[in-house]
Amino acid sequence: MDVDKSKIENRKTQIEASGIWTLAEAAGGKILPVSFELLARGRALAQKRGVRLTAVLMTDRADPEGLEELIQRGSDAVLLVEHPALEHFLVEPHAACLVELIRRHHPEVVLAGATSTGRTLMPYVAVRVDAGLTADCTGLDIEPETGNLLQTRPAIGGNVMATIETPTARPQMATVRPRSTRPLPRETVRRGEILRQAPPAKLASRVRRLEFVPLPDARTIADADVVVSAGRGLKTRQNVRLVAELAEAFDAAVGASRDVVDRGWLDYPHQVGLSGKTIAPRLYVAVGISGAIQHLAGMQTAQTIVAINSDPEAQIFRVADVGIVGDLFTVVPMLTAAIRKAKELNAEDAEERGEKQDKE
Amino acid sequence: MRIIVPIKQVPETGAVRMDEATGTMVREGVEAIVNPLDLYAIELALRLRDSSRSADGEGNHEVLALSMGPPKAQTALREALAMGCDRGVLLSDPAFAGSDTWATSNVLASAIRKLGEFALVICGERATDGDTGQVGPGIASFLDLPLVTYVSRVRSFGPDEMVVERLVEEGHEVLAMSLPGVLTVVKEACDPRLPTLRGKQRARQAELVRWGHQELGLAREKVGLAGSPTRVVRLHRPSVARQCRRLIAADEESAALAVRELVDILRQKNLL
Ligand SMILES: Cc1cc2nc3c(=O)[nH]c(=O)nc-3n(C[C@H](O)[C@H](O)[C@H](O)COP(=O)(O)OP(=O)(O)OC[C@H]3O[C@@H](n4cnc5c(N)ncnc54)[C@H](O)[C@@H]3O)c2cc1C
Ligand SMILES: Nc1ncnc2c1ncn2[C@@H]1O[C@H](COP(=O)(O)O)[C@@H](O)[C@H]1O
Repeated sequence: MDVDKSKIENRKTQIEASGIWTLAEAAGGKILPVSFELLARGRALAQKRGVRLTAVLMTDRADPEGLEELIQRGSDAVLLVEHPALEHFLVEPHAACLVELIRRHHPEVVLAGATSTGRTLMPYVAVRVDAGLTADCTGLDIEPETGNLLQTRPAIGGNVMATIETPTARPQMATVRPRSTRPLPRETVRRGEILRQAPPAKLASRVRRLEFVPLPDARTIADADVVVSAGRGLKTRQNVRLVAELAEAFDAAVGASRDVVDRGWLDYPHQVGLSGKTIAPRLYVAVGISGAIQHLAGMQTAQTIVAINSDPEAQIFRVADVGIVGDLFTVVPMLTAAIRKAKELNAEDAEERGEKQDKE
Repeated sequence: MRIIVPIKQVPETGAVRMDEATGTMVREGVEAIVNPLDLYAIELALRLRDSSRSADGEGNHEVLALSMGPPKAQTALREALAMGCDRGVLLSDPAFAGSDTWATSNVLASAIRKLGEFALVICGERATDGDTGQVGPGIASFLDLPLVTYVSRVRSFGPDEMVVERLVEEGHEVLAMSLPGVLTVVKEACDPRLPTLRGKQRARQAELVRWGHQELGLAREKVGLAGSPTRVVRLHRPSVARQCRRLIAADEESAALAVRELVDILRQKNLL
């Protein structure tokens, strides 16, 4: 390979911000957490491949602090398009912008969250730029030499994982399951550039947004630090109360396996797993859940996993950090009482410490 | 007014088993069904057809089901006819084998273009086998049509515009889309009807149009595996093992010990 030429190529890459791109999502001017998760993924790929990482933000008006946070959480540059037509997600104007940016800068990889936005925008764009697109990835890697993105996702109802490549087409596009990874910590010393980009001349939409109706019940398992989940081992709908009480003691959200939701013991928003939500809480407690592969797909990235199950062979123990092998009807009430007590003690301790400080 | 519903025939994934030794899918005896999420698309199309028929009288109102797949995918189309769809078009050609979502969208969009005027394309949210949800948006992009995904309700329909509700993470949006356009629908949209006996009889006798890549004027390199940018390079069983600390709670006493130990561990990990 011609050395000089590769040097020029490299410089061009830097100026033009090609390399790896991640899509930032914003709502009401605020950057959404999924944007930072994508940067954590992108950072690892960019490092391995030796290229730059760029966050793309299309919005009506960017909040300067949000832009800074995109840099501090991993991006080398932010490609920013501001236009009133980009206030809310509408596929046509957003796609027109992204297509234009891709044609201008030729990124190798474009990642978006597998959110209602990402899953709509990315296939619309992939068709326009003749790119391959892989949905709902849970694992990403890159071959440093070829730059081929190795995209891993559950297939055939979550029974197997498939790894997918796009050997010839560029960019390689993928949507990534939200909460399948953690954002990088904020590094306040990181520096990067904000590259303002003109939107394409035409930003029309044949869809108009008339209204938005927020969910009445905003309490979600997706945002909770601790999730306590109920499985079929609870045997009846009434017994789900045991899990609700344990959750309350932990100040946790209540999750469920699909069997529990299918039986109507809890509603669909509680469902954890392949056809429910993917969550990554600090603590996940599985009560009477066998640990089917489709359930694991939704919670195995939790930091600490505790399982309570009477069957020593249950699959859930394979992913658990702590497993209590025993009858949940004995263990759960005891645990609820113990957690309540531990929290009370904590509160008293805190009060005491507070009093001491007051005296000093 | 014509509504087109692309439907996919899929294996009954609930019944799919894995051969533990080889890590491959056991296909024998697995039934092929209409993608369960496409039933909602069919139902919504039938309702919109019937309501506009009663609104502007007898005109040319039809729902056309469209499927790309092997010859046996005609059974999926017949099922759609049995539910009440008016016509079925099968896109079947050995050259289509191995299509990814880009190539599939291309074939379906070409067929829709060839069919002529229409008001609406309604897709399922996703197919339960491929599980991508990319084909609906792909069709809209190939045809350069407006698109609304995750539609949970139709508030009004036609003749030049429709108003729908779209489910997103924090609630739902109300959107007006000009027609023609493309929707993908979620379960909340409606309850699919069952086929009637009369419908089944009609479906059995119905003639299905069948097109391959030549009828669609598509080059071989643009369809099937050749026209697909993505490649599956590896299938494997996920490995998920962590080091599990087991606490045995065989009776009240050991349960109390186990609970105490768990609380200690949680405290050490700063989780309380
Ligand atoms: C395409 C597809 C998608 C799916 N998506 C999901 C999904 O998103 N989420 C999901 O959860 N599942 C999903 N499933 C279903 C999944 O395969 C399992 O069927 C389901 O997770 C099982 O739920 P469970 O663990 O509550 O019930 P079971 O498998 O019946 O397990 C109950 C457990 O409770 C234990 N138990 C019983 N009595 C007691 C007791 N007294 N004390 C302690 N333990 C006890 C048993 O040992 C057993 O391990 C999906 C399946 C398919 C095919
Ligand atoms: N081979 C196919 N034939 C007809 N319609 C399809 C086909 N594949 C996908 N679709 C449509 O696109 C939707 C999304 O599929 P997918 O992107 O494969 O998850 C399905 O619900 C169908 O409406």
